[in-house]
Amino acid sequence: MSKPSSLATIGSVRGDVVAAANTNEEQYVTFTVGNEEYGVNILSVREIRGWTPESRLPNLPDYVRGVINLRGIIIPIFDLRARFGGGTTEVTKRHVVVVVQVGERTRGILVDAISDILAISRDQIKSPPTMETGMVDSQYLSGLFTAENRMVTLLDVARLFAVETGDDEHSNQRALVN
Amino acid sequence: MEAVVKKKVLTVDDSRTMREMVAFTLKGAGYEVVEANDGQHALTVLGNDKVDLVIADLNMPIMDGLTLIRKLRATPQYRTTPILMLTTEADDKKKAEGRAAGATGWIVKPFDPSKLISVVQKVCG
Amino acid sequence: MEDLQQFKQTYFDESGEFLAVAEAGLLRLAPGNVDLDEVNAIFRAVHSIKGGGGAFGFSELVAFAHEFETVMDGVRSCTIAVTDALVNTLIRANDILAQLLAHARDGTKPELGFADPVVVALRHHAQTAADAVQESPAPSTPATNLPETVSRVVTVRFQPKADLLMTGNDPTFMLRALTHLGTAEIECDVGGLPTLAHLEPELLYLQWLVTLTTDASLVDIQDVFEFVSDDSLVEITEHSADGASPTASPSETDEAAGGAVTPGLAPATRTEATVATVAGAASPSQLALYEASAPALAAGDSKAAAGKSSTAGDGAHLNLGGHTIRVDLDKIDRLVNMVGEMVITQAMVAEHVRDLPPGQFQELLEGLEQLAQHTRELRESVMSIRAQPVSSVFSRMPRLVRELSSETGKDVVLITAGENTEVDKTVVENLVDPLTHMIRNSIDHGLEKPDDREAVGKPRTGTVHLSAQHRSGRIVIEVADDGRGIDRPKVLQTAIKRGLVQPGINLSDEEIDNLIFVPGFSTADKISNISGRGVGMDVVRRNVSNLGGRIGVYSAPGQGSRFVLSLPLTLAVLDGMVISVGLERFVLPLTNIVESLRPKATDLHGLVNRCDVMMARGEYVRLVYLHQLFGIPDAIVDATKGLVVLVETEDGGRLGLVVDEVLGQQQVVIKSLESNYRRLDGVAAATILGDGRVALILDVAGLQEMSQHARSPASRSVADAAIQLPAL
Repeated sequence: MSKPSSLATIGSVRGDVVAAANTNEEQYVTFTVGNEEYGVNILSVREIRGWTPESRLPNLPDYVRGVINLRGIIIPIFDLRARFGGGTTEVTKRHVVVVVQVGERTRGILVDAISDILAISRDQIKSPPTMETGMVDSQYLSGLFTAENRMVTLLDVARLFAVETGDDEHSNQRALVN
Repeated sequence: MEAVVKKKVLTVDDSRTMREMVAFTLKGAGYEVVEANDGQHALTVLGNDKVDLVIADLNMPIMDGLTLIRKLRATPQYRTTPILMLTTEADDKKKAEGRAAGATGWIVKPFDPSKLISVVQKVCG
Repeated sequence: MEDLQQFKQTYFDESGEFLAVAEAGLLRLAPGNVDLDEVNAIFRAVHSIKGGGGAFGFSELVAFAHEFETVMDGVRSCTIAVTDALVNTLIRANDILAQLLAHARDGTKPELGFADPVVVALRHHAQTAADAVQESPAPSTPATNLPETVSRVVTVRFQPKADLLMTGNDPTFMLRALTHLGTAEIECDVGGLPTLAHLEPELLYLQWLVTLTTDASLVDIQDVFEFVSDDSLVEITEHSADGASPTASPSETDEAAGGAVTPGLAPATRTEATVATVAGAASPSQLALYEASAPALAAGDSKAAAGKSSTAGDGAHLNLGGHTIRVDLDKIDRLVNMVGEMVITQAMVAEHVRDLPPGQFQELLEGLEQLAQHTRELRESVMSIRAQPVSSVFSRMPRLVRELSSETGKDVVLITAGENTEVDKTVVENLVDPLTHMIRNSIDHGLEKPDDREAVGKPRTGTVHLSAQHRSGRIVIEVADDGRGIDRPKVLQTAIKRGLVQPGINLSDEEIDNLIFVPGFSTADKISNISGRGVGMDVVRRNVSNLGGRIGVYSAPGQGSRFVLSLPLTLAVLDGMVISVGLERFVLPLTNIVESLRPKATDLHGLVNRCDVMMARGEYVRLVYLHQLFGIPDAIVDATKGLVVLVETEDGGRLGLVVDEVLGQQQVVIKSLESNYRRLDGVAAATILGDGRVALILDVAGLQEMSQHARSPASRSVADAAIQLPAL
């Protein structure tokens, strides 16, 4: 079963938590960045917190906002808007950081607001088209889902920041070429 | 029904595993257990503490089991204290040597916990 | 045996230690160098592993250990001669034992027959002993309880030899054991008692006749007397179930009672108590009487001792030999973490206190100052608990050298120094890999074969020096060999071939040497069995930097190479200086800092195409502008308006870091940036300051590199991996 109880929801959560009635369904936390709505699998979400000022890291792309102290461990905060080329977010205290865990790594994603928690079954997820969809490079998508006339882009969290953290083969090759 | 005072056993072995297993087994049977990791150390412990039984491995650094037994037998307080040898095989030569040195009896390693308890009971109660 | 399963972990841990002891001893063993104490230690190690293994049913392990132990027994009793062949066999046997242990631990089965060659060799050596091979261990046969429910009447006649007490055997306990087997009637025959004048208190003159009605088997009954049946009379006769059992004759009883005149005569008193026992277990009061009055028994003394005895608690093991205590590593780690958090909290408090109006709260300030002092001391104490000498890592090297030596056919001798240099356990664990590769590199590539060495006038045996020492707050480990040094033309050629370097570029000797650390490099034409196996020096470099360490090489052609590895003393806590650049704050390790000063305009000099240089303490020091390196806006760009922190780099050079302000000194807890993100150039780690914000801990050597890139972009591709070392 997923862990809604561990979510310290500070942002707004619209709608009720839809219980996963059958094992084919997985729960997703959805959030908004601008006009777009995205979702990530709830199993990778550790917590949701309000935005706090980061400590900058030098010489990095604008979507790496910096690092924060998460109860004693240091995690990077990525600006999702900037990641998808929409420019740096002008943060306020009302913005939200979704803390995700992928394997051994914990990191935070800055988004505008939390939207919902949806139960989505596999067959409801459409695979992303191979060309670019809006701002998002499709390699970071795990699929698309349509809910009540709005489209939710499901993100592949593991892939999203793998390049950044050197977790993928590409960054290793790049080091060689240099 | 039982004696009010627990009998105290000293287990002497350079293997910590062995000491722990003996201690665990005997404590479960109502004995008090103290430990030493070689013959020399055993003498130190015995200098401060009286015990009702000594269980000694034969192969130990600094002072081995047989030497310890002989030394104890030469000491007034321990001349008749039960001393059991721990041997890894039913080696008659070792047993004879042990008896000659003054050992009360022996336990074969690896030991069966209930057997250990019964042997301990029959030499020191 | 189920109860004892909980000790399996202890057994495996301890056996690991025994194996290490055995290996160390075996590596030192040689025909001309037989230390009997060490041989005995090796014997005991194998013996203990065997003993414990039997308890948990690891039969294959026990069987092999037995063969091994047999030979060791022969060596220690000098019936087996120590030859090179024997030592090699024993070392292999130790390896096999380790493998069998690993299999036992993991629950896997070893390959059938994998130990056979060694077993054959062991037996061969055992044959050469004067005595025949020892008998194989008889499995411990617990007394078989024949499924009998038949009640039988057994008469046991026990006449102990006179000096039975001298071996600590005591008829009381044996008789009591009989009573546990069933219903017993015990008669004591005092006919053998001499007159008082001739009575020896420590001899036994009594004999007993016990009539036992029991379900137990004869074997069980015999068992009661197992230790004494050799030299005492024990007769066990079974009667038919309805046979009349002899009863104690009253006359004997009276005689016995009459005989017990003098108190304190152990045997006599014993008689009294024993005779009183009729048809059943002795009553407690009588037993107590018995025990209290027997001076030969320690019972009375043990009562007194019980009052003051210290019980060995479960968990901590008391003083065994040395003044040490065994503690769970997890507990220590938790303690270190807690102290670390305490350091942070204390810093937070200090931070807030700074904001208080001055002049007031004097006591509070003093108290906090004391607290800070205590925290520092506590931290040092706690860190020293976890500090270990590097010997635990160094001790594995002789084995490696020996293997490499035989594999490469080169004669090598390993000389170590500074094994007692201590370093936090977090660092020690990470030393093994880099050390192994450095030594492999030296032996495989550096040292020449004996003939080649002789041809150039070197001794046939090559030397590898391994040393450790503390230097400017870090631990520096060097691996030096007297081999041929780095083959520069070959290295350069390989680098060009692999596209790591542009052809035609002019590189200094040091830069060429450091090409071996560039990712994707390997000098072996064929992947040699040793160094080619998996990792190259570039991976070593990456792993070392991940720890905040550096690795570099110095080489003199024809003379040898020297690898220098430096690591922080602990990966946990650091004394740092907090500085600010713009709105950002950073921490510099205190150990690197020489001083901080504000330069005058006249101290600054600019060189064409190079960065600013400053005159300090009589020498020119290169200036590094942190705001430039890190792209920080709104910082002080004029060094004369900011501060320059003079730092020392590991190669002894100096740098001047231009910052806005020096905010203060404090202990910081080192937090990894990498575990959730990645390594950044110039950044060693991160920490959390008093206000809860994150500050980056700077890496001076990294800053040095970065500033060099900034200076000369042309050599960027090489400088990417190279350390600019001063000329030797």
